[in-house]
Amino acid sequence: MSQFRFLRQPAIAVAAGVLALTLLVALFAPLLATSEAGRRVGPVFGSPSSAHPLGLDDAGQDVLSLLLRGARTVLIVGAAASLVAVLIGCAVGVLAGYAGGWVDSVLMRITDYFLVVPALPFMIVVAAIWGPSLSHIILVIGLLSWTQMARLTRAQTMSLRERGYILRARGLGSSHLRIVTRHLLPHLTPLVVANAALTVATAIFAEAALAFLGLGDPTSVSWGRMIEHAFSRSALSAGAWWAFVPPGLCIAAVVVACSVIGQGVAEIANPQLQHDHLPPRRVRLRATAAGGGEDDSGGSDSGRRLRRRTAATVMEES
Amino acid sequence: MNRGLDLVLRRTAVALITIFCAISLNFLLFRVVPGDAVSNLARVPNSTVAQQQALRHEFGLDRSIGVQYVAYLRELAHGNLGRSFANGQPVSKNLGEALGNTLPMVLLGTVVAILAGIATGVLGAVRRGTRTDRALTVSSLTVYALPAQWVGLLLLFLLGGVFPSGGRVDEFLIEPSPWQHTVDVLWHMTLPSLVVGLTLFGQYALLTRTAMLETLAEDYVLTARAKGLSTLRIVRHHALRNAMLPISTLIALSLGSVVGGVVLIETVFSWPGIGRAIYSAVTSRDYPMLQGAFLVLTVVVVVCNYVSDLIYLRLDPRITV
Repeated sequence: MSQFRFLRQPAIAVAAGVLALTLLVALFAPLLATSEAGRRVGPVFGSPSSAHPLGLDDAGQDVLSLLLRGARTVLIVGAAASLVAVLIGCAVGVLAGYAGGWVDSVLMRITDYFLVVPALPFMIVVAAIWGPSLSHIILVIGLLSWTQMARLTRAQTMSLRERGYILRARGLGSSHLRIVTRHLLPHLTPLVVANAALTVATAIFAEAALAFLGLGDPTSVSWGRMIEHAFSRSALSAGAWWAFVPPGLCIAAVVVACSVIGQGVAEIANPQLQHDHLPPRRVRLRATAAGGGEDDSGGSDSGRRLRRRTAATVMEES
Repeated sequence: MNRGLDLVLRRTAVALITIFCAISLNFLLFRVVPGDAVSNLARVPNSTVAQQQALRHEFGLDRSIGVQYVAYLRELAHGNLGRSFANGQPVSKNLGEALGNTLPMVLLGTVVAILAGIATGVLGAVRRGTRTDRALTVSSLTVYALPAQWVGLLLLFLLGGVFPSGGRVDEFLIEPSPWQHTVDVLWHMTLPSLVVGLTLFGQYALLTRTAMLETLAEDYVLTARAKGLSTLRIVRHHALRNAMLPISTLIALSLGSVVGGVVLIETVFSWPGIGRAIYSAVTSRDYPMLQGAFLVLTVVVVVCNYVSDLIYLRLDPRITV
């Protein structure tokens, strides 16, 4: 399974684990949640106990159950909004890069505009006009998160367009549609996957922000809405940290996981930045040499290691 | 020199076109989109048809879109953004005050974030692959991933007793001297600025690290090292100087996200700035304020980007587009 080799990097493996766990929770939330949605099980802002390990919220609901149910909304919004962004971004980027000319300049001016416009206020304005619902949130986030994708796919398409195999395919009479779908898109996949993972992260962030401003879907539980409830229904003055700390940490965990995977895929797809020209680390070397002075046998050993290290560094740099 | 002037003119034209697009889009968003805001005005509960007609006429909604657009542009050219539904004041006056409150708070946080972020990023890049680097990267990423509103709530929870929990000034301070007033505002500003700084810090640190890794791999760094320069000198004069080019661009680009974060942060800390103006405009359906605030924010971001373009031209004479 060579295409899954990147999972061997510890950070990426942990990130994939976090995402897999969130996905499982989202799938099986109704089974895992101990109390039904919207059911009052104890006092308002009841503190954590053995029955309710994360305490109760402003309506006396079990925070842990809400957290488990919220995973589903967050993943749906993240994935669906990211999908919208990927579709728009790829369409704009590939069209601009492949067609060139005036199509390119018009599309890129539009992209520049969306890149400059402050995204969150724009989302707030549109969400406020459209009214709160899950599909509106997804659309709003997707419609405002595609610029990066468009720029990246455009640049990549422009460099691929002049490659020999594409020119040959064109020479053999392939249609534009066939060239784009069969020869271009497969080469864009790593880039798109890496950027889609980052877009999921921004989408989850945006959902939390919109929910915090009261523009989230009022019928579904989400981590952003849990924070909003804690804020607007004075969890702070009640001292109920358990009402807002867990959802925030969950958002951070999923966002970090998506970013790490996105970065990891991007680094594999684009293996630069693997070396530098700074001198080998002196602090480390001196420490090893000092350790060698105390113990004779260890000294020769670490001395050998030191020489090998230096040799390796020199080879790496040359 | 001539080419430089040409570039400046071109950038100016692009900035002006973008602002014009923003103005037009703002008009479209609030008037033409189905279920638009202004037509909602005429939907007064239990109103008669005659009353609705009167309302539509009063707001000029019975005229054609083209006529409305021209009227909108004309009023805008006179600096008229309409009147706030909430307090009846001109929107431009409300927004001017709000912007004056937001800018110092954001500026303080941004400066802190830039200094701390660049220091962290440089350290991480120089110590690449070590435990220090990994710790710095993971912590920057974590700070970057925490929602601003959540960080604000947490700080309020932890430090709410030490710092004021909201507002810009102490309402009970009677006739404060200018010095007292400044200290009071700074004291109120600490937590919101800290949150602005924290939300930006991670982004800047990660970005500086990547930019530094790129320049450290350049041949001129190898040359500098071959000349026998110290690591500190290489990093400061050769690597960081060149890494500052992408960093300065991305700082300007991140202004968009700062402005977004400000809505959340000002809401948490009841800071009477432009972000909170947006929030209260949303909750009280104050559409003239919402429209004006969005327009002002967009113009601010466009202008910042324009200025950063100009600075970039000055910093990097290789640029030719």
